[in-house]
Amino acid sequence: MVTLSFLLLAFSGFEILMVHPRLYWGEVGNELTPALLELPISRNHQRDTWEESKAFFATDGSPVSAARTFDELMFNQNGWGRSLHFLAAWLLIVPGVIYLLIGVFSGHFRNHIWPKRRELTPASVWRDVKDHLRMQMAPATGGPDYGLLQKLAYMMVIFVALPLAVVTGLTMSPAITAAYPFLLKMFGGYQSARTIHFFTSLTLELFLFMHLAMIIKTGFTQQIRYMTLGK
Amino acid sequence: MRNMKKTDIITRRKALAVSASALGALLLPGCSKSSPPTYGSLLRMGDALTYTAQRTLLPGQSLAKEYSFADISSFPATGTINPADSSKEYYSEEYERLKSGLFANWRLSVEGSVTNAGQYSLRDLQRFAARTQITRHTCEEGWTAIGEWTGVPLSSVLEHAGILPGARFINFYSYDGWEDSIDMLDAFHPQTILAYGMNGKALSVPHGAPVRLRVEKQIGYKSMKYLQRIVVTDEFVDPGDTGWAWYVGI
Repeated sequence: MVTLSFLLLAFSGFEILMVHPRLYWGEVGNELTPALLELPISRNHQRDTWEESKAFFATDGSPVSAARTFDELMFNQNGWGRSLHFLAAWLLIVPGVIYLLIGVFSGHFRNHIWPKRRELTPASVWRDVKDHLRMQMAPATGGPDYGLLQKLAYMMVIFVALPLAVVTGLTMSPAITAAYPFLLKMFGGYQSARTIHFFTSLTLELFLFMHLAMIIKTGFTQQIRYMTLGK
Repeated sequence: MRNMKKTDIITRRKALAVSASALGALLLPGCSKSSPPTYGSLLRMGDALTYTAQRTLLPGQSLAKEYSFADISSFPATGTINPADSSKEYYSEEYERLKSGLFANWRLSVEGSVTNAGQYSLRDLQRFAARTQITRHTCEEGWTAIGEWTGVPLSSVLEHAGILPGARFINFYSYDGWEDSIDMLDAFHPQTILAYGMNGKALSVPHGAPVRLRVEKQIGYKSMKYLQRIVVTDEFVDPGDTGWAWYVGI
């Protein structure tokens, strides 16, 4: 369920980004303001047909208004894109919260995810790093015990990246930030939250690829059997 | 802002009513016309879940963040930018005529579940106590802009028209052919205004002259431009599945 949801989120998220492939910092960002980063992933970043801009105020450097004249030519599939993104978000949130609660109360996080003190000595950290660099990973064992770097990666995903993706996502909701304005303060504004949301998603996608690569490296068929059937 | 107190009380009552009915909708799926239909679409069911969740879990009264004058930013005008342009599909001959008369003959019709249906000129609307707010416009595309809006709270106009207790939805019709609706919680929200001014001047044509709606707790496309008619209804008016979510508080 979570994997399906993640794939749907990545897919619809990419579609939404294609509609406005510009990232900013702060509260404001639009085609009339400078971008932090411009991604060449759709024709929408070519912004060449505008009516002449008009200054709002009679001061130097006044903000301007300009009318976009290329709306018919724009790529925009956000009608289904946004709705699919939020539907998939429900499929992530509901099992995600249940997983977190089970993880805490069953001792799964404490016993299998949180590194033991003896694992965190420089020597053992170095050994695990070296093994990974030499591409020598322990073969599939059917679940815990996990390796040290594996535990750290899972920790980052479970306790940092996924919650950050959810909270920055909620910070883009006008109804939610009206109720909880600290969200905007915490991330420095709507556009900052959007930019963090993008990079967090990218990190999660990289994790997914790494995870897949590791599964293949350590025996694909065996690992999938362990993950799904548990034997 | 002076009659805010009164508005507050009514909004609170409406908020309770809407929360209660949202809960009702949750318990009685299939309850028709009290909420937007899902047309059997999974996407629309997701929208409905988000709507119910936000209406149930979020406090109804909270205000969207207001900014300072220095935060006002450049503001793209998108979608319909001039209904008087005869080369466009959304062209309106009537709008062209009104625009050439500087909107002196423009009237906003308020009708439906009200005791005094009527027509409001720009001057009529300007006689109500005005509200000015500097807020962030959040477009579904992903861009944002901050502007200062001046107008009359929708609640003032609805009360003036004698809105009836059975009213559930406020429907808006624009000169560019757009139609949409909002529920009572958003309609009576203090920041939901019929704006005739932007950044200290009369609202310009690209931004929706002479009067546009501002719904600050939803995404930009709910803030309809070029208003022509407001119809108060007791049931949801189904425009058919437009392909876009009806409620976009997210």
